Amino acid sequence: MERRDFIKLTGAGVGGLMLPITGNMVSAAQLLEKPMDVAMKKQLADVALNAAKSVGATYADARIGRYLNQFITTREKVVNNVVNTESAGIGIRVIANGTWGFASTSIMTPDSIAKTAKQAVAIAKANSKFQTEPVKLAPVKSYGEVSWKTPIVKNAFEIPIKEKADMLLEVNNAAMSNGASYITSIFFLVNEQKYFASTEGSYIDQDVHRLWAPFFASAVGESGFKQRTSLGNPVGMGFEYLDGKKEDKIYIDGANIGYHNSYDMVEDAKNAGKQLQKKLKAKSVKPGKYDLVLDPAHLMLTIHESVGHPLELDRVLGYEANFAGTSFATLDKWKSKKFQYGSDIVNLFADKTQLHSLGYVGYDDEGVKTKEWDLVKDGILVNYQATRDQVHMIDQNESHGCCYSQSWRDVQFQRMSNVSLKPNPKEDLSANDVIKGVDDGIYIAGRGSFSIDQQRYNFQFGGQLFYEIKNGKIVDQIEDVAYQSNTQEFWNSCAQLAGKSDYRVGGSFFDGKGQPSQVSAVSHGCPTTRFNNINVLNTKRKV
Amino acid sequence: MSIITEKEAKKLLKKVLAFSKADECECNLNGQLTGNIRYARNTVTTAGEVTDLTLAVQSTFGKKMGVATINEFDDASLEKVVRRSEELARLAPDNPEMMPNLKPQKYSKMATYFESTANVGPEFRAKAADDGITPSKKKNLVASGFLTDSHTMTAVMNTNGLFAYNVATNVSFSATIRTADGKGSGWVTRDYSDVNKMDTAKASKIAIDKSIGSVDAKEMEPGKYTVILEPAASVGLLGRLVNAMGQRAADEGRSFLSYKPKEGEKNPPKNKLGMKMFDERVSIYSDPHHPEVPTATFAGDGAAVERTEWIQDGKIVNFQNSRYWAQKTGSKYNPTAIGGNWIMEGGNESLEDMIKNTRRGILVTRLWYIRQLDPQTLLQTGLTRDGTFYIENGKIKYPVKNFRFNESPIVMLNNIEALGKPVRINGNMVPPMKVRDFTFSSLSDAV
Repeated sequence: MERRDFIKLTGAGVGGLMLPITGNMVSAAQLLEKPMDVAMKKQLADVALNAAKSVGATYADARIGRYLNQFITTREKVVNNVVNTESAGIGIRVIANGTWGFASTSIMTPDSIAKTAKQAVAIAKANSKFQTEPVKLAPVKSYGEVSWKTPIVKNAFEIPIKEKADMLLEVNNAAMSNGASYITSIFFLVNEQKYFASTEGSYIDQDVHRLWAPFFASAVGESGFKQRTSLGNPVGMGFEYLDGKKEDKIYIDGANIGYHNSYDMVEDAKNAGKQLQKKLKAKSVKPGKYDLVLDPAHLMLTIHESVGHPLELDRVLGYEANFAGTSFATLDKWKSKKFQYGSDIVNLFADKTQLHSLGYVGYDDEGVKTKEWDLVKDGILVNYQATRDQVHMIDQNESHGCCYSQSWRDVQFQRMSNVSLKPNPKEDLSANDVIKGVDDGIYIAGRGSFSIDQQRYNFQFGGQLFYEIKNGKIVDQIEDVAYQSNTQEFWNSCAQLAGKSDYRVGGSFFDGKGQPSQVSAVSHGCPTTRFNNINVLNTKRKV
Repeated sequence: MSIITEKEAKKLLKKVLAFSKADECECNLNGQLTGNIRYARNTVTTAGEVTDLTLAVQSTFGKKMGVATINEFDDASLEKVVRRSEELARLAPDNPEMMPNLKPQKYSKMATYFESTANVGPEFRAKAADDGITPSKKKNLVASGFLTDSHTMTAVMNTNGLFAYNVATNVSFSATIRTADGKGSGWVTRDYSDVNKMDTAKASKIAIDKSIGSVDAKEMEPGKYTVILEPAASVGLLGRLVNAMGQRAADEGRSFLSYKPKEGEKNPPKNKLGMKMFDERVSIYSDPHHPEVPTATFAGDGAAVERTEWIQDGKIVNFQNSRYWAQKTGSKYNPTAIGGNWIMEGGNESLEDMIKNTRRGILVTRLWYIRQLDPQTLLQTGLTRDGTFYIENGKIKYPVKNFRFNESPIVMLNNIEALGKPVRINGNMVPPMKVRDFTFSSLSDAV
């Protein structure tokens, strides 16, 4: 989902309401109702599994889901909207004649579930006429009846609506009394209550929480207008993320404040107002080659686009060719065990168990226990991200646990896991230490415009804040910066990493993939990192 | 029960409003019946059908508003959803921008429904996939694609007596066909309200031909080139321009349409309404009655919608705005129809004629991953994809490697050399266009 889709939420009444996730709106009080009893879910799931098997399914899984969302959107002094949505139902996936079939229903009676399971088998059988590659599933352990919950401290849904709305209005006021002309701020809260059961013998109950608190501020001056969005991260946490603890702040000398595991939204809004005024007067960048120092809230998106997506096995194999595209990281490169994805200090790993991350769950949406694994080790491409039906294509017999569906009504498929860059293992350098080593460079904070080709070679990224570095010091805020590179060249120009104290986790709340398109949320951790000799463009244009 | 008749919808919504205790109440009923098929690696990967009917109820007390929805339709559920929306409205803070419900409107006739499309089933979808897969296999190509068809129903009613109803159908198809060695890639997209116009075999052949024709692309230096943009290539840039034509952002100084006063100028306007910004051949409008891209003749709040000019002969003639902003600024309210379209006028030249009349240029099939760099200039970046060719002396000479572009649609619409005959693309009408000095900033290795 793009920012403009979010903005559509503001001021929307019944006619203009644009929801990113389908669902039924319910009262705030109802969101606090207890989830469905686990014994009842098991009973209903068994109806689905038995019905599927009775008509010839060789495998079946059932996902009973209750998906709750709450958005609160404000603009300057106005609360535009408070929206609660709920969506509940069951999605049933089967294999029959070696082919996948899927059907879903919101009517949760045993009869309806059995009928839906049989429909999924009928679809599988119908599609098997076109099947040329029968599905082959990697083995998975039977976990029995287990449960998992995002380790949250404060359930964001339990905070009174007025308290949340007031906090956003305080954010808006902080930005506007410090130089912003306009601001939109939003709370976006997600709770996925999902129950998974499969014919492999697992019954998994999970309660997943996520939160995002972005703002979009702008300032109008004589020379035009400038924008600055928040530097906080979407997280797999409760409302405690907004505590803004002192120990979670990382101060970059002469530049911004970075946020670790909690976010001071009001402080960030204040700084946004001040930085917007500087942006209006800042000099325009001189294009050329620079050493770049990239802050984690910026680099996370570069990792997402240039590592996360190209190393999704379904893209490599061509399943996404008609939509997002394929990948330059082809199987021959992986097989060679010599493909230099990055310089030898680059270690990129996938991890669905990273604390506070958006992708953190106990089990994926096909009942595989989540784990951590290497993608790029000492600069060399070593693995991909794959699901149960894909790993055999890369000679492995254990799924990576990265199967996900956005709701009960959509079929689950391979999605990006959290993909992160390991910090410097030798020295615990700070962001300021990394900046100190640069003679002539640019420090970039926050995510801006991003664009990459359909095989993930050529990319161009902007940011929120840009600072000129001269002789190891940040000297000036500058504007109109974008850098262009090629994925392999870029990662091979990686010259220095900050240490583990600087490691921060950022993320993307709405990553789109598939046809029909589904969203998922994914995080990327990294330290402040230096890349040498990167091509920087000036994006100012006369029209 | 996802698509109900006008009579049934009226009866149902009247029943809902009878439960209301709010100052005002508005209901919106949306039904959908959609089907899809997806294929890749020369095989069908997923297929499905979705049916859904949702009722949304908006209740207001003074300046307080609450919205709730439900997809159950027994009397108890209908009353429950009304009470929920009232409860939310009471909890909500005052919204000073809240507008009262509209009075009854007069709507012109709509022609958005085609039985042919409503009747599309699994066989048609399977054939669409096979139209790409079978010929691709014969030529050692790898086909992937997606077809989705929809039959939708919308009804609006409020306590002022307003009632609007419409049913619509749409079908859209896209295919990407690649050579087995990954050196060539071709793409095509088609969408219609009437499926009888859809020829998936003919469309797939275009992707096949482009796939074969794009093998072994040559490198050209990035720089400024004359380009022929197929409608699928320019629709993304034009769409960003049309979407940025909001009045409020312009009045607030946050848009490419904000007016920058000259020194000492007395009573300067806030926006560029009435000013010429583009080549005089540029005219863009929305029209629910356009036979190729028909839409409902009402907006989400039930406001009646007729043809609205946005850009005429290169001049800005109307802005998109909300009812609140129109009232506040004393402007005309320009509502956007449900499923709204935009139409750019063109000429009679075909794409082939345009190529014939080009001495030196680049033919672009589509632009990909378009992102905005600067909202003040609408500067965008992105890449060419799935068929980029060098034209010399009226003929396609050879395929070229994909480029990254950094260009603004404002510049593009000032550098027009020729406009061809508009065709439907993504629910809009877009002409093929020849544009000079289009900026390519780097090369991409992607195929």
